[in-house]
Amino acid sequence: MEKMGLILLSGILVDNFVLSKFLGICPFLGVSKKLDSAVGMSVAVTFVMVMATAATYPIYAGILVPNKLDYLQTIVFILVIAALVQLVEIVLKKYVPALYKSLGVYLPLITTNCAVLGVTLLHFENSYTFSQAIVNSLGAGLGFLLAMVLFAGVRSRLESAVITKSFDGIPITLIAASIVSLAFMGFSGMI
Amino acid sequence: MNAILFPVVIVSIIGIVGGIILTVAAKFMSVPVDERVTNIREVLPGANCGACGFAGCDEYAEKLVHEGVATNLCTPGGGEVASQVAALLGVEAGEVVAKRAIVKCAGTTETTRYIMDYQGPQTCEGNNYFYQGRRSCSHACLGYGDCVIVCQYDAIHVVNGVAVVDPDACTGCGMCVRRCPNNLIQVVPATSEVYVSCSSTDTGGFVRKVCKAGCIGCKRCEKTCEYGAITITNNLASIDPEKCTNCGACIPVCPTKVIRKAACENYLEIAQ
Repeated sequence: MEKMGLILLSGILVDNFVLSKFLGICPFLGVSKKLDSAVGMSVAVTFVMVMATAATYPIYAGILVPNKLDYLQTIVFILVIAALVQLVEIVLKKYVPALYKSLGVYLPLITTNCAVLGVTLLHFENSYTFSQAIVNSLGAGLGFLLAMVLFAGVRSRLESAVITKSFDGIPITLIAASIVSLAFMGFSGMI
Repeated sequence: MNAILFPVVIVSIIGIVGGIILTVAAKFMSVPVDERVTNIREVLPGANCGACGFAGCDEYAEKLVHEGVATNLCTPGGGEVASQVAALLGVEAGEVVAKRAIVKCAGTTETTRYIMDYQGPQTCEGNNYFYQGRRSCSHACLGYGDCVIVCQYDAIHVVNGVAVVDPDACTGCGMCVRRCPNNLIQVVPATSEVYVSCSSTDTGGFVRKVCKAGCIGCKRCEKTCEYGAITITNNLASIDPEKCTNCGACIPVCPTKVIRKAACENYLEIAQ
């Protein structure tokens, strides 16, 4: 149980996917302008991360490893995750229209997101069990949410700041992102 | 040979299985999209201005089909779009009242003055947020042109420090009304020509000090109007477009020339 807690915490803070591992930078910079869309995107990412782990772990352990095909994991996972997200979208549209409406815009964006692929691949580097892998992917998703919410706050401040023309827009956003990331470096080595 | 063939077969099988699942899911769980929504969406202007009161053309089309809202809410599209939409839905078309925006401020660089050299964010919103405007009158047009940016029809421009609407290009969508931080812009029926070009609710003496073209609330227009269309509330005259006949009797009696006639041809001259 203690190990589970540690895995969750390390996913959120120490090994934060956006700010420490630099995965999923595209939605981090693209969708963090407004708080509500940042939260929507992060919830969708968390949802897909857990689903993808649940789908890819059995395939890896049950099909790839026994046949000594674990070098195929990247390509197989891309295939499985893309199909899974499509399937989830269809199912949500039919049975949970309310959830589909709030996640709908973000789901197709996540299909080929590197943070989702990264989570599923990195479980095996740490040789997690199935339940540990699920907890780790949940932690990674929550870490993504934390990073997005923090950065959406920073960006809303940037909106009303007077910025030199040459730094306005993406340059100042990247500088701000690097400073937020630097702050998260303080967590490294904590666990 | 097996070392190549086997992985290929495995990956192909996973791909085919995924494909079959998706095909089956798409077939059995498809949600039918109403054809009328797509057709109506194509008829609507697609400016997503929000004049109809919904989030955009997509939502308006959706509401038209499923909730039966009125077909005449699209002011930019006018009567033509309303009749087309009504034809697609098979209902009677309501009449569309053509509208346009007016700017209720005459605070040009000649009539009022700047009281600061503002260096913050160069937008009306920023200037109003920090200093309630840079003019001597806090109800004056801020002049940074937030309304110009938001207008999709190139119908509003800042001339001499005050926003001016081009009545020919204006569709009355009301984007500028929602954007103006000083609430200076109003959407009126296109037929009403006479309007009060001031929004100041300050007392007459104060208005005279800060602006040469402000409403001082003297009530002369109210007494002159035969139709009871003008009322003074909070030191500011306002014209009821429904009662006003555009006779223009109030224009010469106004001591500060704040009541104006907005004719289409010379709107720029009037502004100056």
